Amino acid sequence: MKKDSWIASPFMLWVVIFTVVPLAMVCWYAFTDSTGAFTLANIETIGTYWGYLKDSLVMGAVATVLCLLLGYPVAYVMSRASWVAQQTLMLLLMLPQWMNFLLRTYAWMTILENNGLINTLLGHIGIGPFHMINTKGAIILGMVYNFLPYMILPIYSVMEKIHKSLFEAANDLGANRVQTFRRVVLPLSLPGVITGITMVFVPSVSTFVISQMLGGGRNPLIGDVIERLFVGAAPNYNVGAALSLVLMVLILISMAVMKKFDDGEETGGLMM
Amino acid sequence: MKRILALVLSAALMASAFSVLSGCSDNEGVAKTGEVVYVYNWGEYISNGDDGSMDVNAEFEKETGIEVKYLNFSSNEEMYAKIKNGTSMVDVIIPSDYMIAQLIRENMLEKLDFSNIPNYGNIDEKFRKPAFDPTGEYSVAYTWGCTAIFYDSRYVDAADVDETTWDLLWNEKYKGKILMFNNQRDAFGVAEAKLGYSLNTENPEELEACYQELVKQNPLVQGYYGDQIFDKMESGEAIIAPYYNGDMKMLMEGNENIKGYIPKGANTFIDSMCIPTCCQNKSAAEKYINFMCREDVALANAEYIGYASPISAVVDQLDEESTSEFFYPSDEKLAECEVFYQLSDETNTFLAEKWEALMNQTID
Repeated sequence: MKKDSWIASPFMLWVVIFTVVPLAMVCWYAFTDSTGAFTLANIETIGTYWGYLKDSLVMGAVATVLCLLLGYPVAYVMSRASWVAQQTLMLLLMLPQWMNFLLRTYAWMTILENNGLINTLLGHIGIGPFHMINTKGAIILGMVYNFLPYMILPIYSVMEKIHKSLFEAANDLGANRVQTFRRVVLPLSLPGVITGITMVFVPSVSTFVISQMLGGGRNPLIGDVIERLFVGAAPNYNVGAALSLVLMVLILISMAVMKKFDDGEETGGLMM
Repeated sequence: MKRILALVLSAALMASAFSVLSGCSDNEGVAKTGEVVYVYNWGEYISNGDDGSMDVNAEFEKETGIEVKYLNFSSNEEMYAKIKNGTSMVDVIIPSDYMIAQLIRENMLEKLDFSNIPNYGNIDEKFRKPAFDPTGEYSVAYTWGCTAIFYDSRYVDAADVDETTWDLLWNEKYKGKILMFNNQRDAFGVAEAKLGYSLNTENPEELEACYQELVKQNPLVQGYYGDQIFDKMESGEAIIAPYYNGDMKMLMEGNENIKGYIPKGANTFIDSMCIPTCCQNKSAAEKYINFMCREDVALANAEYIGYASPISAVVDQLDEESTSEFFYPSDEKLAECEVFYQLSDETNTFLAEKWEALMNQTID
């Protein structure tokens, strides 16, 4: 095994160049001032951005929960469906992903606008118009729409591997469908759920495109602030890097908490 | 059902395959020299072959054999961030005046060798030594224009339109139908013009007053946007917005009810072609700039993008509608407008803080 580890070296090189080095640069910027001298001032200014951080974390969390509520049943149904149905559902799930992320979000803009698709259709039957665009709800919708597949896929791939015999065994032992789900499917699918949550939460918290297009510049997220600090009219890479670092740490902490929860559940599952 | 799905899918795949193929075929038949010129310009800011117009970059490739790699930016600051580290592959940039002044000050531009740009002679005298490049050694004017107010004449009462002021953007009657710039400099510029201050004021009291003006406007604003203003005005989603006069031409093609005017104190700008010091192929870059100044190319660009050309010979060939007072404001009108200068770091930081505060005003 060890002997063959060199085959991963191209990837390791990739990781060093495109992950480790940039990460080191973020840290370097975060702890220096514009002259390059060491300082903690950037980290200290983070307090003024706490509102954005909180908003982003809350909206990311809401989007993640919604993705979980929507995605989990889909993943379950998919994993139990016939091969053809599984492939079809998978295709339908992936089809929108072939289109560019920006275009997909742009499309939602025209769907949700006051003169948009939904309000035009509702107008024909005499309802509305509803104000949907440029609200927190629109931003969360954008997050859910764009990141839902990242919730479904990991859960599906874990559930698909649950062997049929486990269901039969549960049946033999007299478990009804609810019990089978609670005692067999749920504990075994948790690793997929954890992966899904990570894969939805992280891009949701750090997005800035969705909030700009569907939020109309209102309800800015921390990603918007970081973007402005790098390419705005008053660029400040040092504070921008410090904010990015804090965001990363916050995400890592929430992941660690999730992981703990996951481990706890697994031992709990064994005890049952 | 499955068959229909398969059909739809294969159609989609075919369509994408064809678009990829036709995208490649554009370059066929070009005698390539292996040289490449990297051009970094604003989006929708060059004649690209749509609707029978000249595909300027393809034409350049055909004539010179130099391949054009064309990239877009959406703000001067974005462009600056990209070339600042000096490692980017960029040979020609087309930023605005105040940014060029900053680049010159920071020694980030190459002096141009005008013997390689014979078509520079086409550029009108008054654009040759602008305030941002007083010796005229670093830049060649590409287009110029002004900020303006656009409105949809179907929904905006003619009585509410006062073409000398910015008040329409603050008119409560149109609450929720008004758009605003999403970059601090342009947005503060509108407030400064409204209050009669200089667009380059660094006086904190005046800037604070402008901030209060923007706060007052905030509840009326549907959203803060950049390029999306175009689509929202075209579709009728919004009916009043500040924007750049040259875009009116394309906008009217999509929505003929759009009208516009240049109020007092508007920003006037010149976007010019420059060569950054990180350039890899200066001779190709100069060939490109020279090409862009050629009369037929400049005419194609002027017709396509709608912004004012600094070449009189080109302006003379445009139709009357494209050379109206709105697209080519008179000198008297321009005397009421103001050019942006680069602000001090302190003022920019102050504005950035105010801008964050404004964006954080929740009105849901």
